[in-house]
Amino acid sequence: MKHNELAVTLAGPKQTLTLKNPILTASGTFGYGTEFARFGDLTSLGGIIVKGISLKPRHGNPCPRIAETPCGMLNSIGLQNDGLEVFRTQKLPNLPWKEVPIIVNMYATSAEEFGTLAAELNAMEGVAALEVNISCPNVKEGGSIFGADPAQAAKVTRAVRNNAPNKPVIVKLSPNVTSIAEIARSVEDAGADCISCINTLLGMSVDLRSRRPRLANIVGGLSGPCIKPVALCCVWQVSNAVNIPVIGIGGITSAEDVLEFLLVGASAVEIGTANFMRPDAAFHIVEELPRAMEKYGIRHLDDIRSMLSLG
Amino acid sequence: MVPTTDCCELTVLDLVPFGLADPVHRYFALRLSPPDWKEWKPGQFLMIRPQSFGLEMPWGRPLGICLIRPQHLICFFQVAGRGTEQMAHLRPRDKVRVWGPLGNGFAVEPDTPTLLLAGGMGIVPFIGYVAEHPKAWNISMLFGHRDPLECYPVDSINEHIPVDTLRESVPGDLDNFIFTLQERIKEYASQKGLILACGPLPFLKTVQGFAKEYHARLQLSLENKMACGVGACLGCVVRTTDAWPDAAHRNAPVQCCTQGPVFWADQIELA
Repeated sequence: MKHNELAVTLAGPKQTLTLKNPILTASGTFGYGTEFARFGDLTSLGGIIVKGISLKPRHGNPCPRIAETPCGMLNSIGLQNDGLEVFRTQKLPNLPWKEVPIIVNMYATSAEEFGTLAAELNAMEGVAALEVNISCPNVKEGGSIFGADPAQAAKVTRAVRNNAPNKPVIVKLSPNVTSIAEIARSVEDAGADCISCINTLLGMSVDLRSRRPRLANIVGGLSGPCIKPVALCCVWQVSNAVNIPVIGIGGITSAEDVLEFLLVGASAVEIGTANFMRPDAAFHIVEELPRAMEKYGIRHLDDIRSMLSLG
Repeated sequence: MVPTTDCCELTVLDLVPFGLADPVHRYFALRLSPPDWKEWKPGQFLMIRPQSFGLEMPWGRPLGICLIRPQHLICFFQVAGRGTEQMAHLRPRDKVRVWGPLGNGFAVEPDTPTLLLAGGMGIVPFIGYVAEHPKAWNISMLFGHRDPLECYPVDSINEHIPVDTLRESVPGDLDNFIFTLQERIKEYASQKGLILACGPLPFLKTVQGFAKEYHARLQLSLENKMACGVGACLGCVVRTTDAWPDAAHRNAPVQCCTQGPVFWADQIELA
């Protein structure tokens, strides 16, 4: 199968992002990308979404920060990252950004700060697109507060849109809301080029023996195969609610999972927790995709996208 | 395509119970087909994820590498939770996904008197250390343990170097072990020796305290919980001190999996 049969165009109202295939790596599960270079060819991926970046370095939350749960895991990392300057000078130059789109996941505590960060990223040649994180459940300021309120979500989206006119703007949504479709319409109206969903579900795990929570932060974000049905549902609802492309995230571990997300309306997907199940997961899924397409008689990705049969 | 032998499927050759092999003492030596890795260093670890974990247990499990030889890779584990419980049922010809070698490994200074301090399963990485060391006669070891000695792979070490073992079975034993640790650390500090320690957190904290008191050169190998083993999940972080070499990450969290698991004792704070 030739590359162009896997190519994806994420065309938003302002900017378009073109991928050689629909497989991206989810922020927070793939480091800055270079950590995984020993396990596969980074340039074979559709794109790399790097760990969420803030203007200044952040130390994140206390440990324990992670807990394994049935078919998934909880995390409360709290957006530990080296900050924009280190990314610009030490991380981005080591990435093969000319051959694979590097998408920067961005986090800030106010709409103004999102705007400042967006302006800085807009000026970086190696950055292919921005993913706006308004859905992190593990930080007190910002995070899902922005993602749970349509007006706030729109305000942040506008701040990024206006300050990053040259980059496709992807807004990453939280499932921890009453109506994800309403938030999706709001960020679409505010100028988003694309929506990615879902971020983690708020969850908790406790130890009966010690009677303590398993995470120092008490609660955290649930990810992994256990959230796939929730993610499929959210992608389906969002793709029916908006006209901009949707990137599906949540529990994808195989090429067949990828096709399921395309079937309910996604144009591309992000591989998250599966990168922990084996560090070559994303590369492996890229390789498997043509075989899975053949198995289900899919010649081109358009043959399956949004083709859910409800009759 | 970049070769991806660092993440590979290996075959279980055998799984041998150690010691009493009763329901309480569940220690195993796991022998796998050899991976096609260019090199490895004692103190490095691997992540292992048996096929049988399915989707139910997403994480691999970090295991210290005992030895890699042309015919096999050997590691060692104690049943401690759901993952190792599942691993206790591995059979010959089962498939496991393995990625590594991971982390940095221990310092090797062939001509320096070297003291190994092991607590319980902390003995595992020292098997390779002793076997690969060019001048093993410069090494000695102190081993503290709770379960009977035959539960641990001590024989693979004391065939090369002298090993003092102390078992904690009644309350006074622990005080005796701590006193002995203190004496040995003092002794090696005075001759500018190298001390390496691996074991449970309270043990490492005690050792770190004595090393600070006597200005000993000490490396600690940590066993933090980790999901990925490759620096991405940020679940295994440890906090650095002012002595951390990279100024940008002083007094900040760094990954145990990629910056460690072996750290100079004065460069990290133990929680």
